[in-house]
Amino acid sequence: MDINDLRSIVTVVSLLTFLGIVWWAYGVKGNKKRFEEAAMLPFSDEAADRAELGLDRIEQRKA
Amino acid sequence: MSVTQSTYNYKVVRQFAVMTVIWGIVGMLVGVIIAAQLVWPELNLGWLHFGRLRPLHTNAVIFAFGGSALFATSYYVVQRTCHTRIFSDGLAAFTFWGWQLVIILAAITLPLGFTSGKEYAELEWPIDILITVVWVAYAVVFFGTIAKRKVSHIYVANWFYGGFILAVALLHVVNSAEIPVSLTKSYSAYAGVQDAMVQWWYGHNAVGFFLTAGFLGMMYYFVPKQAGRPVYSYRLSVVHFWALIFTYMWAGPHHLHYTALPDWTQSVGMLFSLILLAPSWGGMINGVMTLSGAWHKLRDDPILKFLITSLSFYGMSTFEGPMMAIKTVNALSHYTDWTVGHVHSGALGWVAMVSIGSIYYLLPRLFGKPEMFSVKLITVHFWVATIGVVLYIASMWIAGVMQGLMWRAVNLDGTLTYSFVESVKASYPFWAIRFLGGVLFLVGMLIMAYNMVKTIAGGRTVDDALVLQPAAHHA
Repeated sequence: MDINDLRSIVTVVSLLTFLGIVWWAYGVKGNKKRFEEAAMLPFSDEAADRAELGLDRIEQRKA
Repeated sequence: MSVTQSTYNYKVVRQFAVMTVIWGIVGMLVGVIIAAQLVWPELNLGWLHFGRLRPLHTNAVIFAFGGSALFATSYYVVQRTCHTRIFSDGLAAFTFWGWQLVIILAAITLPLGFTSGKEYAELEWPIDILITVVWVAYAVVFFGTIAKRKVSHIYVANWFYGGFILAVALLHVVNSAEIPVSLTKSYSAYAGVQDAMVQWWYGHNAVGFFLTAGFLGMMYYFVPKQAGRPVYSYRLSVVHFWALIFTYMWAGPHHLHYTALPDWTQSVGMLFSLILLAPSWGGMINGVMTLSGAWHKLRDDPILKFLITSLSFYGMSTFEGPMMAIKTVNALSHYTDWTVGHVHSGALGWVAMVSIGSIYYLLPRLFGKPEMFSVKLITVHFWVATIGVVLYIASMWIAGVMQGLMWRAVNLDGTLTYSFVESVKASYPFWAIRFLGGVLFLVGMLIMAYNMVKTIAGGRTVDDALVLQPAAHHA
């Protein structure tokens, strides 16, 4: 086996790995819920958003 | 919950965010100067001639402006989506000051003519070592923060930022392998066509990882946040990430079509460049469709205008790129201004606009204001910048195709129809239009700087944003 066989194997393994990832993302049922939760991660800290924008301070002043 | 609750480190984010605007102005000003030098050659004075300033422009906009935007947003996003303070305040501060030192050294050495001659990697070996040290610190801070995250999942934006950090480390170390002969001069460790291939493996992946993967990280956080809805398809984002990782590394040879590079290598590069269209457009569609059902927000929100328009330019330039990688198209486009136009539709339209949108999102939050000093000025900035980009790329398309056609035209007896100088002469009006487009884009940045200063004035430095415990289902 020369180095070119090894190169071919790496290419095929890479392609199979990628196809495996596609299957993992779209084919595995259990992942759907996980991904939906993950997509909400940027919205899990509304309170920090309010603090940053000074909204609580503004409302305190108005009250 | 502990009595003294942890806060997010916004200091380093604030420093990088402000420097993004400042380095953007500096880098684009140098770009405008060299654009003027092409129209008025008498402006080439002493050290400040085109040959010395051009690498200064590219380094300043890519690494100073783009780099600062990437540091600022990645430090913000990784803290917020991991629900934890940054890994090490000291190391984070070191990356800020270290990176600024790299930029200043570049601004001194490039006009003096110290260069290793590798495009987008011109800096000499002592600066290369400093870059490596800063970059390792960046990786430690970023991955250290991910390691101590309080949520189980690593949000997709962090995957893109992480991929960008790792790939750039690999690219920089391999391409900058060089043998120093003095403090200010070194020679590449590679020779001949191998050197060219390593250089463009680096060069194209600098586009793919520095100028794309990191900015896609921005897209995956700031577009959903500004639109107020989660990304269109999280599953698509997973496939998008891995498709980009698996294909980008092989596209470099398209920079070396019809050279001494073996023909099969050129063909592989062309093929992988064509395949790249799929992940690029998958990502673009994912970003744009996040707005699906909320398109009206685009009408009133100039930050969303910046973010979504940047994705349109991303889609356009990632369609154009694969087309230009086709050997027969490349035979016309290579070495012409078409390439310059393509780069700027990516650099101004995509990279700069997504950064500008993200920084407008961040600035009020880092200084405790509900919004920017003037939202109207953001809209003005948006239109000035958009007209600038369109003028720039349209003039370069026309000039580029014209140059390509003139250079290949032959008479019946086989002699060239035009001399090179004739194509230069014919390009003048388009270079003037390009200069105007560049000036408009720079004016937009100056408007942003004014808006930034007014937003900072009377603001407070937000250092008390509390790290919040994630909701139970995330942990």
